[in-house]
Amino acid sequence: MTYIPNTDSDRAEMLKVVGVASLEDLFHDVPPEHRFPDLVMPPALSEMEVLRELGGLSDENDDLNHAACFLGAGAYNHFVPSVVDFLLQRSEFSTAYTPYQPEISQGTLQAHFEYQSMICALTGMEVANVSHYDGATAVAEAVIMALQVARNKRDRVVLSPTLHPQYREVVHTYTQGMSLKLTGEDAPLGDLRALAVLCDKDVSCVIVQNPDFLGRLYTPAEMQALADRVHACGALFVVSTDPISLGLFQPPGAYGADVVTGEGQPMGNGLNFGGPYLGFFAMKMRDVRRSAGRIVGETVDGSGKRGFVLTLSTREQHIKREKASSNICSNQALNALAAAIYLAAMGKYGLRTVAELSYHKAHFAAGLLGALDGYAVAAGAPFFKEFALRCPHPVSFVNQVLLDEYGIVGGYDLGQDYLQLANHMLLCVTEMNTRFEIEELAEALAEIAGLDPAEYGADDVESADGGDNNDASSSVSHAREVSHA
Amino acid sequence: MPEPLIYEISKPGRRAVSLPALDVPAAEFPCDCLRQELPLPEVAEVDLVRHYVRLSQMNYGIDTGCYPLGSCTMKYNPKVNEVTARMSGFTCVHPLQPTSSTQGAMELMLSLQDMLAEIGGFAAVSLQPAAGAQGELTGVLMMRKYLYEHGGSGRNVILIPDSAHGTNPATTAMSGLRVVEAPSDARGNVDLAVLRRLIDEHGPRLVGIMLTNPNTLGLFDEHIEEVLRLVHAAGGLAYGDGANFNAILGIARPAAIGFDVMHYNLHKTFSTPHGGGGPGSGPVGASVALADYLPGPIVARPDDGYLLQWVMPAHSIGRVKAFYGNFGILVRAYTYIRMLGAEGLRAVSENAVLNANYLQARLRGAYPIPHGDRTCMHEFVAQGILPGAPEVHTMDIAKRLMDYDFHPPTVYFPLIVPEALMIEPTETESKETLDAFADALLKIAQEARTDPELLKSAPHRAPVGRLDEVKAARDLTLCYGPPNCG
Amino acid sequence: MAYKIDANARYAKSHEWARIEGKLAVIGISDYAQHTLSDIVYVELPDVGDTLTQGESFGSVESVKAAEEILAPISGEVVEVNAGLEANPEWLNDDVYGKAWLVKVAPTDQGDLATLMDSKSYEAFVAEQEEKGAH
Repeated sequence: MTYIPNTDSDRAEMLKVVGVASLEDLFHDVPPEHRFPDLVMPPALSEMEVLRELGGLSDENDDLNHAACFLGAGAYNHFVPSVVDFLLQRSEFSTAYTPYQPEISQGTLQAHFEYQSMICALTGMEVANVSHYDGATAVAEAVIMALQVARNKRDRVVLSPTLHPQYREVVHTYTQGMSLKLTGEDAPLGDLRALAVLCDKDVSCVIVQNPDFLGRLYTPAEMQALADRVHACGALFVVSTDPISLGLFQPPGAYGADVVTGEGQPMGNGLNFGGPYLGFFAMKMRDVRRSAGRIVGETVDGSGKRGFVLTLSTREQHIKREKASSNICSNQALNALAAAIYLAAMGKYGLRTVAELSYHKAHFAAGLLGALDGYAVAAGAPFFKEFALRCPHPVSFVNQVLLDEYGIVGGYDLGQDYLQLANHMLLCVTEMNTRFEIEELAEALAEIAGLDPAEYGADDVESADGGDNNDASSSVSHAREVSHA
Repeated sequence: MPEPLIYEISKPGRRAVSLPALDVPAAEFPCDCLRQELPLPEVAEVDLVRHYVRLSQMNYGIDTGCYPLGSCTMKYNPKVNEVTARMSGFTCVHPLQPTSSTQGAMELMLSLQDMLAEIGGFAAVSLQPAAGAQGELTGVLMMRKYLYEHGGSGRNVILIPDSAHGTNPATTAMSGLRVVEAPSDARGNVDLAVLRRLIDEHGPRLVGIMLTNPNTLGLFDEHIEEVLRLVHAAGGLAYGDGANFNAILGIARPAAIGFDVMHYNLHKTFSTPHGGGGPGSGPVGASVALADYLPGPIVARPDDGYLLQWVMPAHSIGRVKAFYGNFGILVRAYTYIRMLGAEGLRAVSENAVLNANYLQARLRGAYPIPHGDRTCMHEFVAQGILPGAPEVHTMDIAKRLMDYDFHPPTVYFPLIVPEALMIEPTETESKETLDAFADALLKIAQEARTDPELLKSAPHRAPVGRLDEVKAARDLTLCYGPPNCG
Repeated sequence: MAYKIDANARYAKSHEWARIEGKLAVIGISDYAQHTLSDIVYVELPDVGDTLTQGESFGSVESVKAAEEILAPISGEVVEVNAGLEANPEWLNDDVYGKAWLVKVAPTDQGDLATLMDSKSYEAFVAEQEEKGAH
């Protein structure tokens, strides 16, 4: 099935008008020895067959409709109201292009203007763009913007070690051609003063995450103190955050952030095995001209009717070209629309309730699990919906047993990224977890404590090279290397 | 009637969601952390749905009508893709679950890696980049790293044709490299004589060339092999911008012609929906030499043939985004390729190129087409310059097309053609639609002479008239509702 | 096309002008420059006390379709900045040589002015640019 409407007789008529004898003749500019290669592909399928094929692949995965999920670490199992997908399937939204012709794209433009407004509301900032690819690239774009604000005169960036490990990797990748020094990643975990000390006149920005990757929530006072130090050095204070947490807690805009970024996936976008996700990005008006990413503005037409257009386009690559600071073209428009619909559907009451439910359930779980023999939860530091649980056995073992024997998806193995946190599992609890599930998890963990991994049948714990790959690894050093040479 | 903003239909106490009651004891809040105000709208579900349905009705999508945007490949988005992408084994799976529980998704990705590699002729593919522009950054960083690790650390120049999309030079700047522009000749090819001089001048400093082939004029470079040979002879590499791949599926394989690395636009060539500007997906294919530099992790089958795994290529430039790529988009592209098969892919390009040549033939004479003497590929560039109508510009023609229920073609790009109108019908338009589109443009050409005001005051039937972009940029209003709006 | 010219100013090839007024030099962009940019929406200017170096960028002018850097026609220290322009960038489309001046500087090298074109030469230069189709 090719979705090509024309038949051979249509083509024959058209070939006559064009003035060539056959379709092959249209490709005379292609070097003959390279023309019409034989592609080795599986044979074409009918719709029925393709549904069966894809259905089979889908069924091979353990989906979370059939397993309780306590895994977060940057992708979260939050409730998506039915209206979101229903509205997303309006093909006028999904099959439309970027709204460069605004008169016939007011649907996209107004929905995006509303999205921008709601992100400002959530983050406490003055202006938001219509999205980056994800939370990680949003942080990378914040670094690029900070360089622009500093007119390329500062070459150091401070990254908190509890900023998501994958986000930090992406910043390293993005900046490898930019002669920058990235520091801060070996500072003591959770020590904001250690980051403050790194600020000087060569630093363009300091980037932290709140709640951080380990789940810890910093108070507005702690954050403001760091913000003040960062500002005293003339640098930008960038905070990467969890949008759901902003239903309950003071937003970064209230404690001195110059840029607020984050992963918007929890707002109406399902887990989808890692993408497409949504990087939201909000800032102050004074810096907007140094930023990248599409922005929608309000205006009027000739008769005074309100309308919306893409604006501040001269920042973008299609005008600035080699003077552009970022090459971003596509955004995550449909995911931003999903987030807007989610926020509008949730509203004041709904988002706060989701945050409260997550908070209370996570604290209930921490209390229950921390009391189990062999397990411990660090006391004292406040958290939102994620916390670290010290386990009596390696986390990969615990998770494999949880999945195979109990149908539970356990938390993230922190030892992969933080040597001092070996055997620590990052657990996430949201409004989607019932009390029953949490209690079942506690029972399962209690039983697992009594197992001996060596006796359990190391063969049963699948791995191709010693167990490191059981949890999908985020760290380069733990993934097996392959060479095509 | 303009549709009110969501904030304008908000009313305190209105609800659109229901959430379960708390089933655990409430924990204490850290009081100094709580926010006092949350300025989000409050609407009922019925008003929410009507708001967004009405907004959607102000949009024009591929499902509304023909969308001949050059270089965007606005082909029909198959609905079966939407069904497969929504299967719960794909949507309800966390990327960090134990790999034993996600083998189906990984199998799909491995197959797609292999199929894209086969289609492009490459040795390996990474599906991680989220969009074409990110694919470009990936490819250029790969070339840079490869050369720096093979004695070429003084190299910092990238040759880019003057017809290139803005993302190409922007990508180069982001990679810390310098752009040297390669002009086009009178036939729309890269000017070989000038290229030879540029390579003589910059040879030892050359990282490589970024080429779109067919280019943004819709033309297959008549000297493509020589161009790439010259770059390679100087020790440089060739990056292929795959934005125009819809012209050569099953017709030519870029790797065989000499490209070392290339990005694919799944949201163009492989039918995934544009979504109003995204999400896209920009996988990158690499030759044997560059395969180890791909971003990761990527899916691999271990030698013992047991479970599929994530692996990081040995000299990877690093990860370019969190997790593995825009998986939901990958499912759609995979579905599409499985529906097409090898013959289907070739039929796509044959029909895309025939459709473009047909339109070019129908418009020849009425609109200037700078390279209309050549066979175009999947798109061609005309100009909105009409004799007898000096006041009429491409913008006016574009807006008037809306009155005929067509989305305008790409306007004012490529920059090397004044008053450009870049037209790409794609293979999914029927002859009748093509004729209707050509007829509309021919009529508009006449109107330009007899009644130019009709064009200058267009559009007349859209939800709004021509919008004041100057006012939007001067009186910046980027936010409404929350108190801190800038 | 006849562009406005200030006979008392001298012009750079990049379409900026400088005009002596007492001890200071007033700097702006030419009528040709504002015309090619079309509706100007934003101007970015340096601060009082900043140093301008001839030929180097000291700010930018933005329209809906382009953002151009402004290059200093002469070197000097910024003594005054046209504050009104921030709120009224459109003045640049009306009166480039009058109320839409950009900055006033204390020139640091008296020889700089001589390197610029006088108004007649600049007029001829612009006519040549138009012929070439360059913009």
